[in-house]
Amino acid sequence: MKRSLFVLFALISVFALSAQNFTIVNGTEPVSLDPHAVEGVPEHRIYMALFEGLTIGDPKTNRALPGLAKSWTFSKDYKTITFELRDATWSDGTPITADTCVKSWLRKMDPKNAFQYADLPASYIEGGMEYLSGKAGPDAVKIRAVDKTHFEVKLVGPTPFFPDMVVHYAFAIVPIHAIEKYGNNWVKAENWVSNGPFVLKEWKPQERVVVVKNPKYWDAKNVGLKQVTFLANDDVNVGYNLYKSGAADWIDTVPLELMDQIKLDKNFHVAPEYGTYYYIINVTRKPLDDARVRKALAMAVDKNALVSQVTKGGQVPADSFVPPSTGYTPAKGFAFNPEAARKLLADAGFPGGKGFPSFSILYNTSASHKKIAEFVQSQWKNNLGIDVALVNQEWGTYLDTRSQSHNFDIARAGWIADYLDPSTFSDMWITGGTQNDGLYSNKKYDEFINKAKVTSGAERMKALGDAEKVLIDDDMAILPLYFYVTQNMIDLNKWEGWYPNPMNQHPWKFVRPKQ
Amino acid sequence: MARYFIRRVLSLIPTLLIIVTLSFFMIRLAPGGPFAREKDVPELILQNLLKRYHMDDPLGKQYLRYLGDIIRWDLGPSFRYRDVTVNEIIDQGLPVSMTLGITSLLLAVASGVSVGIVSALKQNKWPDYVAVSVAVVGISVPLFVMGPVLQLFIGMKLKLLPMGQWISVHGWKAVVLPAITLSFPYFAYIARLSRASILEVLRSDYIRTARAKGLKESVVVWKHVLKGALLPVVTYLGPAFSGIVTGSVVIESVFLVPGIGRPFIQSAINRDYTLIMGEVVVYSIILIMANLIVDIVYGFLDPRISYK
Repeated sequence: MKRSLFVLFALISVFALSAQNFTIVNGTEPVSLDPHAVEGVPEHRIYMALFEGLTIGDPKTNRALPGLAKSWTFSKDYKTITFELRDATWSDGTPITADTCVKSWLRKMDPKNAFQYADLPASYIEGGMEYLSGKAGPDAVKIRAVDKTHFEVKLVGPTPFFPDMVVHYAFAIVPIHAIEKYGNNWVKAENWVSNGPFVLKEWKPQERVVVVKNPKYWDAKNVGLKQVTFLANDDVNVGYNLYKSGAADWIDTVPLELMDQIKLDKNFHVAPEYGTYYYIINVTRKPLDDARVRKALAMAVDKNALVSQVTKGGQVPADSFVPPSTGYTPAKGFAFNPEAARKLLADAGFPGGKGFPSFSILYNTSASHKKIAEFVQSQWKNNLGIDVALVNQEWGTYLDTRSQSHNFDIARAGWIADYLDPSTFSDMWITGGTQNDGLYSNKKYDEFINKAKVTSGAERMKALGDAEKVLIDDDMAILPLYFYVTQNMIDLNKWEGWYPNPMNQHPWKFVRPKQ
Repeated sequence: MARYFIRRVLSLIPTLLIIVTLSFFMIRLAPGGPFAREKDVPELILQNLLKRYHMDDPLGKQYLRYLGDIIRWDLGPSFRYRDVTVNEIIDQGLPVSMTLGITSLLLAVASGVSVGIVSALKQNKWPDYVAVSVAVVGISVPLFVMGPVLQLFIGMKLKLLPMGQWISVHGWKAVVLPAITLSFPYFAYIARLSRASILEVLRSDYIRTARAKGLKESVVVWKHVLKGALLPVVTYLGPAFSGIVTGSVVIESVFLVPGIGRPFIQSAINRDYTLIMGEVVVYSIILIMANLIVDIVYGFLDPRISYK
């Protein structure tokens, strides 16, 4: 009896052990493990395991929770923020001080390092852009260690959402002492030092990254997983097979062709995502420079049919560009109304679509973009009597056409927020903005956006909302089609601490086997 | 023979120079660049990046710098994967791709020739019909269909072999499915090729002579028929090997094999210039060497060929 009990116990503990190992199909090979050098979703997921920024995302809402900073205080004008660090160390035992924070952020913005996303901290922190552009030295950046545990940041304007933004890896705190010691080799497993709930165990390029629990993490007793494996695979069918065969516990994309069947799976979780699928309109080209034409095009697309018959994955039809956000009133936009659309087109000089010049929709080669473009094509043909050609280009060429030569009429695009605030959407369309590929320009719009930069609270939200009304309701400068949804497969009877959320970010600290 | 070998190896140099030069300028003609993103990189950061990778130099200077580097076998930093050099990516992936490629080639030759022999000796009997039908399937079904089908039945339904991932996860079992998939079309082609040429040799005068002398059938087949009949198969090994190496790009994606094929595709999409160049150079060397080896083996099989 004793013996069989022992065997039973041993079996249970083996099972419990394996149940604490988690595997995710993580998408493309990470470009780097250095949080300052990374970009993209796969890298962000690894970052959340290995590092802890000043703030971390709430697993349900993605709003800031205390991370390395146990608290923070704003000045009254929301232009200075002071983080109070907790008593934490790196995985090698070295303490993390406010000085580490200063050096980390300066490293990110150092022009010599040429890090992508360096403009994110630089454009919000006073003196950041001067340093990044090489016009000033690091002294110009207004961040400082008040004492060992207080880190003060002076901001360009009132930025009440700054703690939410600091969740982003562009604000990572990195082990300066290890970087100084090992140079570029600090990211190798044998030299690895980090401060997150996990540390690096192995990194096999093109294959996987394995992380194991960090015993030195300040909250290690609340970390529920022993090991997380990130598989490098971006083939959606292969990923789905891995999940179905039990080789992976979580996938974040599913094959579109199997959607009808997958939708019935109880482990398939659809939730609104903070992002928009839209068409950029090149407003400098005739006849698309006429707002009436753009409005007619918008009103002639039945977005409800688009999401129910084409994309099918639970996407939400979008009339505004900014997805639903707390405290924010988006533009009203233009609902499906073919009759009104025909009238507007006639007013613009093209009754029944007659005489409408040939134009085209540009998209990057992909089955789903193609299906959507074909749907829009048929809608414009049926509802307005105009013909639009479809042009697909390979990714690199498409990006070049869209953002460099601007040699397109209408181009497909998608935008997923970097942080939870409408400004990540609205800032794109200011005159001359780097993301403004449709070359839109309206002084009224720019004024509202600039107003939002120097105000806070409800006043700021109103300015952002007013800006979008100009962009969409007055000018119809871009054509929103639908709001993205997250499409995850994970067995929530087996795992807990994982919640569908708008940024699809799931801090590993909270994920654990269900008790 | 040694002189021939040395001359052939030396001829690699001008060939590679032409390949490097053409690829260097061709990939820069493609629209876009290594730092293009859906979220546009601000001009400021772009300038810093170009400076960091010496891409702000005139193209001619960049080319000469690359030539200088490549002579020292320094393939440069990857533009996309910041923590690794192209040399490191190749060093890690090449043994994997070679393991897969050589296993597949051996498998294709061994099974292809055996099936060819059997079906030639049993011409127009059922083993022949089975072999010919399998060969038709092998030649006509593309790798990206074959792979998932095998995954589904052998990996997922029967759970006999792992569906994907490599030796570090599953041991040598991991090689089986990808190697079978990759070798299948070549197995099929080799089977048909050896069947046809064995049939041809079987009808030739010297075989009739061998039989007339009263040699045992097995000696006739092994010693006389095969040696002559394998020539076309050996000739085919050159193209087969290049096919297997390039086909491995597809197989690596389907079976999550960490070789050099997947990074090759990614590098083209990402316009990761140095990685594309490095891969092109490595693939070129592999293909040129494979052809050289085939030429040498040819000489052993056919006494009419001599190396001068």
